[in-house]
Amino acid sequence: MTAVLTKSSAHSIVEASPRAKIVAGGLVILYAVITILPLLWIVATAFKSQSDAIAYPPKVIFEPTLEGYVNLFTVRTRQTPDFIAKLPPPETWYDKLVRQRDMVIAGPSKVVPRFVNSLIIGFGSTFLAVFLGTLAAYAFSRFRIPLADDLLFFILSTRMMPPVAVAIPIYLMYRQLNLTDTRLGMILLYTAVNVSLAVWLLKGFIDEIPREYEEAALVDGYTRLQALRKVVLPQAVTGIAATAIFCLIFSWNEYAFAVLLTSGEAQTMPPFIPFIIGEGGQDWPAVAAATTLFVIPIVLFTVLLRKHLLRGITFGAVRK
Amino acid sequence: MKGARAVADVILRNISKRFGTVEAVRELSLAVNDGEFLVLLGPSGAGKTTTLRLITGLETPDAGSVMIDGRDVTHDPPGSRDIAFVFQQYSLYPHLTVYDNLAFPLRSPARRVPEPIIRKRVEQTAELLHIASKLKNRATRLSGGEMQRVAIGRALVRDPSIYLMDEPLSSLDAKLRAELRLELKRIQLELGATILYVTHDQVEAMTMASRIGVIRDGQLLQCGTPREIYESPSSSYVASRLGSPQINLLPAHLLSDVPVPPGTETVGIRTEHLQIAARNGGRMVGRVHRVEHLGEQNHVHLDYKGEMLVTLADPRQPLQSGQEVELHLVHPLCFDRAGQRIPAMVH
Repeated sequence: MTAVLTKSSAHSIVEASPRAKIVAGGLVILYAVITILPLLWIVATAFKSQSDAIAYPPKVIFEPTLEGYVNLFTVRTRQTPDFIAKLPPPETWYDKLVRQRDMVIAGPSKVVPRFVNSLIIGFGSTFLAVFLGTLAAYAFSRFRIPLADDLLFFILSTRMMPPVAVAIPIYLMYRQLNLTDTRLGMILLYTAVNVSLAVWLLKGFIDEIPREYEEAALVDGYTRLQALRKVVLPQAVTGIAATAIFCLIFSWNEYAFAVLLTSGEAQTMPPFIPFIIGEGGQDWPAVAAATTLFVIPIVLFTVLLRKHLLRGITFGAVRK
Repeated sequence: MKGARAVADVILRNISKRFGTVEAVRELSLAVNDGEFLVLLGPSGAGKTTTLRLITGLETPDAGSVMIDGRDVTHDPPGSRDIAFVFQQYSLYPHLTVYDNLAFPLRSPARRVPEPIIRKRVEQTAELLHIASKLKNRATRLSGGEMQRVAIGRALVRDPSIYLMDEPLSSLDAKLRAELRLELKRIQLELGATILYVTHDQVEAMTMASRIGVIRDGQLLQCGTPREIYESPSSSYVASRLGSPQINLLPAHLLSDVPVPPGTETVGIRTEHLQIAARNGGRMVGRVHRVEHLGEQNHVHLDYKGEMLVTLADPRQPLQSGQEVELHLVHPLCFDRAGQRIPAMVH
């Protein structure tokens, strides 16, 4: 019986035919190529010289240089060749690289503090949103809360407005509270936006965890909070990971509020990157270098939580 | 393992619980005695599980009180009631190993059992349930029967006043169920444990219980030893809950030659109490409708004045559909219009 089934798998309803597999595989590869091409282009551009970066037709083969990265991390001033000739010999490879362009390094650029801002604000707000979201979702899932449905809708409705709609009131409010251009202000803002998503996503996950698990723990002498920590959280870890990724991606990429509310101290990478200016306009290799570095943390975070993410996106989506 | 205890471990006094418009439990009173295996038998929705949850404190009764070991615990939280609960499903934590699952109740912060004692208790329990070799497995890497053993083990590692079990065997296949039924009874006797067990399966009730409580619509209809419940049910409903095939219920006016007390509306005759014989002048004559061969015995379906009756017969007895046979009743049970039992006349 089994042997017969295996042999005729080409005509089986569940098993795809070889041709279908090739078509499906081709589509997946095509999609992967389309998605990854812009990313590869950015990574490549970061290693181009200024002129190669804006060459037309675009250059696929070029002589790689670290100028883009050097420009990203430094502030430089133009000098006369005579002045540069009189200087003592360059101490480092990047000094040398800059002098070839008749420039000297005047100091570090602001990219490192901006990157640190992004890390603190991104991960800080993600942690807060997931923490608060888990507690709220648990309460909505397990207790009889008066007007629970209305509350949940209200929470969701905070996400329906585009940032522009609330930009002015938030700006005024933040100025009053001295929260403009502070990391705390940005963390609070992103937490507020993300917590709605977190509550909804996590409620779905926690609903799926049978309450008998906690009840067993309660009967065994655990308190509700202990049961939450020992029983519910370990099983919700998939959902928590998926939610954390969504929250991080949002606060990491957020542009509108960041432009409006930060200018110095608390500026994150998104408003910083487009304004990396070289001589005579945008310094494209430096912009590409910044973008490459900007993508790395989120890729790492996603890869680390990948195992949970795969299950997490489908889990909780299926209602029994 | 057990210290001296009061006679009754758990006493329910007139407890009621309502969910919205549904009255899950109605003025139910029940006492579970020390060392007793009490089985609550009833169909789903009868209020069995709610009764257990009221005892654990996972639900609070609208009225009435719950006493455990002579203490009124009606408003105490579940953790302080000294109860172990075996759920129908979902009682194993999938993120823990079998060992950690068994140790979980003992590791409760309220209990503070030292780790060496936990180890000893877990190993003893695993031994008792024949799962000692599985301790390092993940809880999800077990067969259905093993999972249920671990679930029962999670209750047995503790030494509570009473073990509550909510249909712990219902998700297993018939063979495993029969096997675990025997083991549960063995363990109960070995430990001298007090168990309140809930089921809809009459075989589980008959084989394991020291007493059975028949429950319907949130009310306790009758409570007694399996034999009492089987032989002298208080109502036609209780009579039909036990016995397979079900008891034959016959309108009293169709009977001939059988003396019944006044007021009898229905007569119940258990299958083994309905005897058939070749026609020999008796006045109750039925027609064989169908014969089911079960191997060790036959179920004979009879048509008697338009009513279908079932009886048991020796498989060697030659019977054919359409054949007429004489019926003889032994120990008929008489019920009044409301289905309540009327004591039989003394012959």
